[in-house]
Amino acid sequence: MNFNHKFVFLLPGLLVLIGILIFPIVFTVRLSLSSWDSFYPGLDFIGLDNYIRLFTDDKRFWESFFRLSFLSVTTVFLQYIIGFSLALMVWKDIIFKRFFRVLFLIPMMTTPVIMTVIWRTFFHESLGPVNDFFSLFGITPLWLSDNILAKVTVIIVEVWQWTPFMFLLLLAGLLSLPKEPFLAASIDGAGPIRKFIYVTFPLMAPISIGAIIIRLIEASKIMDTVYVLTSGGPGTATETSSYYIFIKGLREFQIGYSAALSFTYLIIMIISLTIISKLLVKLLIKKI
Amino acid sequence: MRTFYLTLKYLIITLWSLFVIAPFLWALSTSFKDFNSVTGGATYIPWLQFEPSLEGWKVLVRSPAKGGVDIIEPYFNSIFVTCTASLISVILGTLAAYALSRFKFKAGFIKNNDITFFFISQRIMPPIVLSIPFFLMLGFLGLLDNLFGLILVYIVLLMPIAVWIMVDFFNKVPQEIDETALIDGCNPYQAFFKVVVPNSIPGLIVAGLFCIIFGWIDFFFAFILTFTEVQLLPVKIVALNSSVTPWWSLSASALVSVAPLIVVAFIVERYLSKGNLSGALK
Repeated sequence: MNFNHKFVFLLPGLLVLIGILIFPIVFTVRLSLSSWDSFYPGLDFIGLDNYIRLFTDDKRFWESFFRLSFLSVTTVFLQYIIGFSLALMVWKDIIFKRFFRVLFLIPMMTTPVIMTVIWRTFFHESLGPVNDFFSLFGITPLWLSDNILAKVTVIIVEVWQWTPFMFLLLLAGLLSLPKEPFLAASIDGAGPIRKFIYVTFPLMAPISIGAIIIRLIEASKIMDTVYVLTSGGPGTATETSSYYIFIKGLREFQIGYSAALSFTYLIIMIISLTIISKLLVKLLIKKI
Repeated sequence: MRTFYLTLKYLIITLWSLFVIAPFLWALSTSFKDFNSVTGGATYIPWLQFEPSLEGWKVLVRSPAKGGVDIIEPYFNSIFVTCTASLISVILGTLAAYALSRFKFKAGFIKNNDITFFFISQRIMPPIVLSIPFFLMLGFLGLLDNLFGLILVYIVLLMPIAVWIMVDFFNKVPQEIDETALIDGCNPYQAFFKVVVPNSIPGLIVAGLFCIIFGWIDFFFAFILTFTEVQLLPVKIVALNSSVTPWWSLSASALVSVAPLIVVAFIVERYLSKGNLSGALK
């Protein structure tokens, strides 16, 4: 292969991607140093004022960030547990195997916001089926307008929506495992639980880490569901970072400040995801 | 003990299946209701609990002037944007993935893995970070509220997925097949198009499906970057939700909008069971 061919293959994609992305990224950084808002739309230079405001005087951003961390870690944890159990269950022969596999995949194919519209009617406080059920016990939980329950509702919807993705990645992993270790374990007389602890789980560890990281990346963007389900409410009880930046930038038109928020958020995201993936590798692979 | 395991297993599977189909059944039931049956509290079974009406489905085909919910145009817009963006992403992504899997790149400290990581890491980018500059950039290019502007943005969303799936796939395709083709007198491009591509159909299909899924379900960019001229399906449905649209037509239109991708679930399962996904998704 001579020198030129490889670039003919690589460059179209790379250049298109860089071409589309370079302006937004550079411009975000530049915007974050300006005071662009609805009163004064323009690129002035105010140094690091936006960042100083962000780190010293914006409790709401940090609250929304910790809320996001809580929501995404909880949902991904639940998705992993449920997705892994489901994958294990339809891995080997059961009746209607393919039917269940398709059924378990369906939620990830549906558009999150559209399903959330349905979930909204589902969790409706007086007309929805959930409270119809709970009214049997004489209680009507406020699924969408109670501080804690609103978070629970967001988690339920996110788990419904994205467990299938976890399930898909883990099932694909399970199906690609070699057969020999399982045979050896059977010969040694290991039961199903020991087999899982000593054979399946260690073999699945790298795939698990990959799946968890992919889901964490996607979960860190939670915004659509929140927007439709609760609009961040009640108050700010379900407001995530993305949603807060969205309000600052495209509702209040504090473009400069929201660019500073975006940039900080992106950096924090990259750092924390790197740390989490290192930790997961340590936890799941080295120990076992 | 064995029966206990089995019972537990089927119990969990049944419960989860019920959870999965619950919103669909609810929406299906709601779509046949009218004003009285919705406001009278939750009911589920037509004829028995409420008198079914076809009103919710009829408004879908009625013209907006007569109070219909015009989702046909957004539907085609969505299909067009998703398919075009997926196609471009898969083509560009496949070429790049092939290069990254077969050739060695080195520019200073940047090597193949770093370039691959650069592609895939674009998924980390939260949409909100890009939305404001994209808004200004597309406005400047005159592509705001325009299908082609959206396609441009969707390529950024989808190409990482295509590269991610195809790099793993090509790593699994033995190098010998392109080497044999080269020895037989093909140039690298002929080798790629005549030998490598035909051998990569399963990977291409999986990459295409994932691009279509993630393009079809996106809401945020369509929401920020289009207003009235062009509307995509998710934006349209959410707009219905915030206006005073009654539940029955809302449910009917929601069901119609999520239906096409359910077919994709069947295809993905086929590839999964045949083992083709295992290499592609790691």
